[in-house]
Amino acid sequence: MATISRVDRAQELGSYRDQHYRGTISQQEKRLKNSTTLYVGNLSFFTTEEQIYELFSKCGDLKRIIMGLDKVRKTPCGFCFIEYYAREDASNALRFISGTRLDDRIIRTDWDAGFIEGRQFGRGKSGGQVRDEYRTDFDSDRGGYGKAALRQLQTLDQNMF
Amino acid sequence: MSRRRRLEDDGDDDSRSQKRRRTTTDQNEIEERLESLITRVGEKSTSSLESNLEGLAVVLQADLPNYKLKIISILRECAVELPEKLSVYTTLVGLINVKNYGCGGDFVEDLWVHLRDLMKANEWDKARTLTRFLADLVNCRVVDVSSIVVLYEAFANVTLEEGIPQVRSDWFVYAILSSLPWVGAEISEKKDEELQKILNKIESYLRTRKKDHVAMLRVWHSDSPHPQEDFLDCLWAQTVKLRQDDWTHQSLLRPYMAFDSVLCEALQHTLPAFTVPPHSPDDSFYPLPRVVFRMFDYTDAPEGPTMPGHHSIERYLVEEQLSCIINAYIKDRKECAIQLVSFHGKAKVPLNYMIVEVVFGQVFNLPQAVKQEVAYTALLLELCKLQPGSLPQVLAQASELLYERLDTMNLNCIDRFVNWFSHHLSNFQFRWSWDEWADCVSMDLEMPKPKFVQEVLVKSMRLSYHQRIVESLTNPEPFTPLMPPKPVPVYKYNEEGAGSLPGTMIAHKLMETIKARATTSEVTAVLDDVPNPTQDPDSMEDESTFNPLKIDIFVQTLLFLGQKSFSHSFSALAKFHDVFKVLADSEESQIHVLKMVRELWCNHQQMICVLIDKMLRTQIVSCPAVVNWLFSGSMSGDFTKHYVWEILHATLRKMSKHVGKITAELQEAREKAQKKKKSMDSDDEDSEESDSDSDAESQIERLQEALETAQSEQKNLFLIIFQRFIMILTEHIVTNENRGVTFHTPWYDYCIQRLEQIFLMHYSQVLAYTGTLEDLVFTGDTDPNILKVFQQFRSLSS
Repeated sequence: MATISRVDRAQELGSYRDQHYRGTISQQEKRLKNSTTLYVGNLSFFTTEEQIYELFSKCGDLKRIIMGLDKVRKTPCGFCFIEYYAREDASNALRFISGTRLDDRIIRTDWDAGFIEGRQFGRGKSGGQVRDEYRTDFDSDRGGYGKAALRQLQTLDQNMF
Repeated sequence: MSRRRRLEDDGDDDSRSQKRRRTTTDQNEIEERLESLITRVGEKSTSSLESNLEGLAVVLQADLPNYKLKIISILRECAVELPEKLSVYTTLVGLINVKNYGCGGDFVEDLWVHLRDLMKANEWDKARTLTRFLADLVNCRVVDVSSIVVLYEAFANVTLEEGIPQVRSDWFVYAILSSLPWVGAEISEKKDEELQKILNKIESYLRTRKKDHVAMLRVWHSDSPHPQEDFLDCLWAQTVKLRQDDWTHQSLLRPYMAFDSVLCEALQHTLPAFTVPPHSPDDSFYPLPRVVFRMFDYTDAPEGPTMPGHHSIERYLVEEQLSCIINAYIKDRKECAIQLVSFHGKAKVPLNYMIVEVVFGQVFNLPQAVKQEVAYTALLLELCKLQPGSLPQVLAQASELLYERLDTMNLNCIDRFVNWFSHHLSNFQFRWSWDEWADCVSMDLEMPKPKFVQEVLVKSMRLSYHQRIVESLTNPEPFTPLMPPKPVPVYKYNEEGAGSLPGTMIAHKLMETIKARATTSEVTAVLDDVPNPTQDPDSMEDESTFNPLKIDIFVQTLLFLGQKSFSHSFSALAKFHDVFKVLADSEESQIHVLKMVRELWCNHQQMICVLIDKMLRTQIVSCPAVVNWLFSGSMSGDFTKHYVWEILHATLRKMSKHVGKITAELQEAREKAQKKKKSMDSDDEDSEESDSDSDAESQIERLQEALETAQSEQKNLFLIIFQRFIMILTEHIVTNENRGVTFHTPWYDYCIQRLEQIFLMHYSQVLAYTGTLEDLVFTGDTDPNILKVFQQFRSLSS
């Protein structure tokens, strides 16, 4: 009987949906509900695969980690995909690791419909993640100022003289 | 509804079918609303609990005529599944019973049957919750005192059964004692004589009860500063004290008190005699005994309310209620933390200390932590966020206490302490008053304290990086002997003096070849030039012969080139998998491969662990090879390092997952076949199906064979491990005794506990092979010090 359902963070899908997903929204949601893959965001550019491995292994054996790369420079750009062998282990990562710190940053994890070649690359104009295009604050772990701030700075420079 | 009928209805009767449909949806809606109302009562609300309960009782009263069965089934589920709101539901049932005696009777009879069903299904924890619920129904004037006394008498009589395991009688005694605080006052007022008899029976049972399990299950080997008591002994002492206090205590929420004037008019139900389901040697599994975890007393929390003593029933009741909250909300750590800090009895106890003790009690529970260890790390982080001004201090104090008591701490628990502490620190920039622990380097570095610090540093580095950890030690100098090395590879063909090594030339050639994106056959061709040092060069070339030099060159060079990250190394393994399979075709050669992995990555334990994980999964090496390598001479220097045991347990886990997977597949195939048979029996005789029938049968046969193979592999693996343990431990004991010195060295204490850990961590798997182990490994010839571990293991479920 399913009268009593306890609150469980892992049962809920986050609001983010991959806009490049090939398929209908309902197909995508069905895959998300059976997936063993997680998206991990807000990583420092300097965080290594080894560190991510260590942290996420606390919830179960990992099949693989795909580091997100800047599509121009081919260097880590602050996100990754983690594939577990078991759905329950991935659920535990959402429950117990998402929202805690790695390299002093609060990392965020979400269900992912499954890794497809090409998705490891940042989709921002400059090669990194889109969020780093529009950011205007200074984040030393994520390449300093966002691209928007840098562009702003450049225009200001030109205007001054 | 038949098809014809629907066709007839098609015309003007459309509205009627719509109406009918609406009625069923209405009914569903009402049932859903009832579920939601009942399951949510007692949650945070703007009005008082009493008025919510009163209101809900009125609503249910109205729905009872039409939805009695549904309401009863929801309430039954709440009684079993929501123990943290026990008295909320007993009160609700009390209020219903006042107005509707018949329904109250149906409900308690339903529970009576359900209690027996839970026992038959080995759902002992749920049965215990339900026993407590029934006891509290006495307070709510639903069940009369004599009924609960009859239940307790039936439970107590189990202690007189013969030929049963102790864990069975333990459960029944525990079920009485753990519900008695709810109803003790009522019983002693009305049935004191009967209560005396029950308690006497329990007392005489406890006096003769065996306690061999305690040694294996206690977190500390020492009773100083706090006794680590068997769970029944402790609860008994608390019960005796409670009886002296006339069964009065203040630790429970009793919402029915507010309705005393209403409830006192209720008619109570007398339940029929309760028959305890008999023990079945093949199908009954009981919970293991426990040892009560104690790390604080009143002197540790000098401010605020006093911490209840070890033998005060308040200590037990608060612990029980906090555990209920943790079990209920653990999957949502934020909510869990909120519920814990708003515990109803917080004014009467030092709540933060109680929470921390209960959490660590669950973390250190043996054989297994109650939930996943990482769940507690997450919960403690959340509690720190919620109470930043007070909880971190308690946690720091707890860490200090745990550190101080490391010398007598169970090694299993030390592992968990290392994992939690390093993970916790990684969320607080690794800030810790390290200097206070600096003196540990002056002792034998094999002692628990320096070992602990060393492993914490290693684990912290794995979550961070070398430089960071060095910098986080404000004064790193004294910790130098414990500091993990920089995780860089040691490629022997690049080291100083490599020129004189046989194979250096070929190794460098191989490196160039691989860098030039060589194929498997090109790599094999380069390796073909390697002479075999174990063979006479003039003898006939034999392909299958083990050539250690070939393995040295190949493994070292390939993995050195993959050093950049795990992914790079994994790709290297995948690309040259075929070469591995040819080179490592025997256990001897596989052990040599493992030796080379370790030589190259001796500074990077995590790399060794993940590489071996992948090598096992891709069947480059076998489980027995890994085990024999870990126990080999080349690993003796690392034998007391945690990563060795990490690898061993991971290997055993992989094996049991493999067995578990086939078991599940076989079960599924059998069920499918049975279902099919049933449906065929009910159908007319149909010979067409016989083909797929034999298909199913051959599949079952195949799976059965696969399972037998897997199980014999698993058994073999345990045999190897235990035999190797006995060999090294016996050798150690004999050597030291011959020298006339004690064999109780730090090394011995470490290893004998690692042996214990195999039994505890893989308890149910080892349990299946107890007979074989007794016949082949743990025999009369085994050294009594080692045999003791096996006997303690056996006592856990006997």
